Amino acid sequence: MADPVKSKRHWLEHPATQNFLIPIFAVILSFAVGAIFILIVGQNPFQVYSVLFSETLGTSYGVGQLLFKTTPLIFAGLSVAICFKGGLFNIGAEGQLQIGAFMTALVGMYTVGVPAFLEIPLLVLAGMVGGGIWGFIPGYLKAKTGAHEVINTIMLNFIAAALVSFFVTNLFNVPATVHTPDIAPTGRIPRFDTIFSSFSGSPVNFSILIAVLAAVAVWYYVDKTRYGYELRVVGLNSKAAEYGGISVSKNIILSMTIGGAIAGLVGTNYVMGYKYYFEEGFSTGTGFMGIAVALLGNNNPFGVILAALLFGMLEYGGLVINTMVPKELVSILQAIVIIFVISSNKIFRKIVVNFLKKRTLRVND
Amino acid sequence: MISQIFSLAFLAQTIRITVPYSLASLGGVYSERGGVVNIALEGIILNGAFCATVGTYYTGSPWFGLLCGIAGGLLVAAIHAVISIHVKADQIISGIALNLFAVGITKFVLELLFQSSSNSPRIAGLPYIKLGFIQNQPDVAHLLGNPLVLLTVLIVVASHFIIFKTRFGLRLRSVGENPEAADTVGINVTWYRYYGVLISGVLAGLAGAWLAFDQHSFTDGMSAGRGYIALAAMIVGKWNPLGAAAACLLFGFAESLQIQLQGGTLPTQFIQMIPYLATIIVLAGFIGKSVAPGADGIPYEKEK
Repeated sequence: MADPVKSKRHWLEHPATQNFLIPIFAVILSFAVGAIFILIVGQNPFQVYSVLFSETLGTSYGVGQLLFKTTPLIFAGLSVAICFKGGLFNIGAEGQLQIGAFMTALVGMYTVGVPAFLEIPLLVLAGMVGGGIWGFIPGYLKAKTGAHEVINTIMLNFIAAALVSFFVTNLFNVPATVHTPDIAPTGRIPRFDTIFSSFSGSPVNFSILIAVLAAVAVWYYVDKTRYGYELRVVGLNSKAAEYGGISVSKNIILSMTIGGAIAGLVGTNYVMGYKYYFEEGFSTGTGFMGIAVALLGNNNPFGVILAALLFGMLEYGGLVINTMVPKELVSILQAIVIIFVISSNKIFRKIVVNFLKKRTLRVND
Repeated sequence: MISQIFSLAFLAQTIRITVPYSLASLGGVYSERGGVVNIALEGIILNGAFCATVGTYYTGSPWFGLLCGIAGGLLVAAIHAVISIHVKADQIISGIALNLFAVGITKFVLELLFQSSSNSPRIAGLPYIKLGFIQNQPDVAHLLGNPLVLLTVLIVVASHFIIFKTRFGLRLRSVGENPEAADTVGINVTWYRYYGVLISGVLAGLAGAWLAFDQHSFTDGMSAGRGYIALAAMIVGKWNPLGAAAACLLFGFAESLQIQLQGGTLPTQFIQMIPYLATIIVLAGFIGKSVAPGADGIPYEKEK
């Protein structure tokens, strides 16, 4: 055991250990609670979970489906995480990704004939601009009027849904449908199965590389640049930042806009890589799931990727266990994970402190 | 068009939409006046609707179903209260998680009980009081004679009185505004915050029961964003019971107008946006500033 004089801190007390252990602790606990639900249905939890894992991780088709579900979760998770770093709570990723994906489709349908090396960056940019605008609005309102971003982003989610609904039922739709015409063929992002035949049938596509690149970019921006430093200072203590000469309002607007822009990239997966058009109702709460992903990933870009993989697995996993238990089991699991993560930040630390106290008392006896 | 709008049927439609908004919105007022942000309203409504349906279906008694609806709402609110007040975790995230949880659990049990992932069998509605003066329009008569309509009006008026004129209300507001000061004069901050959140569970649970009885069944996700509209109305109404109810009436009016104008020249999506735009405008202070209670959303840490 470590010499108590030399190391004042037990390894369990170290923040890095806790940041790593708490999410794992939360996931294991939620699977345990999920087992109770499975038992209520009259099934064997081990059997259900083994099907859940083997059908998602054990086949290349399953992995393909999992990765396809993971991609938008990475974007949404990064969007929430970068705002968290700046001290802001972005509940608006859902609206931002709607507007972003719609912009991607809109620009895509009007730019037929542009070569791929221009078209793809153009559509990616369109998504970022759309999402960015939708993130800028609550950022600007917060900076200029103090209006809370949580309420405003919730409201903007509904406004975005109504707005794109109006567009795809009245203005930019293929007649008698609620989707836009196809984007230019040069704007398509290839699917994995065009290169690796084992992924055949699964819609996973190379937009997942954009997601990983975005994670690296967020990491670099937040941890390695001056702007990222300012963002973190504002997030930790906005008063101190102001005294230190950092403009809080500029950083609020900037982090919300960047967060929105990242959420706007969701269209790369759905519009550019899968359907090739924007459809009303294409996202079923991805933006909200991004909050869970960011929390579980501890707002670290690489943690976000891991958390998105887990949630992506659960999202596809619900379908493979549906014959044994209602697929809503996974929504319950996801909700419980979130509750455990936010609760265990306090509870886990308390347990560790008590455990260490008892031990020291014993040693002293 | 004007005659269409000022008809009894239109009035009934507006009331039908406004009742659940008002109940949930008042719930939000109680919770947030006590200092706990309650985004879980959406999940409370959904679970209330589900439990009211199940209770009515198995006993055949809508009154028992109504109690089940209240209990279902209370259950979700109680979880939110424990997480927010005892564990002192983030209230907004707790609310979002509980909304997700409510969607999952109601569909899960729906499939177990009724082997359907979309809707329950038909249930009876609440008995209505016979009103003599509008016999030619039975739909309108049934609605206006619904005991929950009367109850909602009573609750709105009583809430104004309770929050601003009673000792309970003063204490509730004090733990939401300045818990340290409240604690100093001997008010139990924890208990009062629990009261606020639990009352919101009862009221939003009632809102859910209303939806179930109005539709005579439970359908998956039937709260359909009403919890968020209730939250919006609470803000537009500046955290006051009467203001919140007035905002709900305004939103209900806009929504029934939208139903009335369906298929017309004005796109319905723009009318749909009204509550949300109104909230943003009010929050930004363009039309009278709306300010949340001082300690809204902040867990109370007693100093040792």
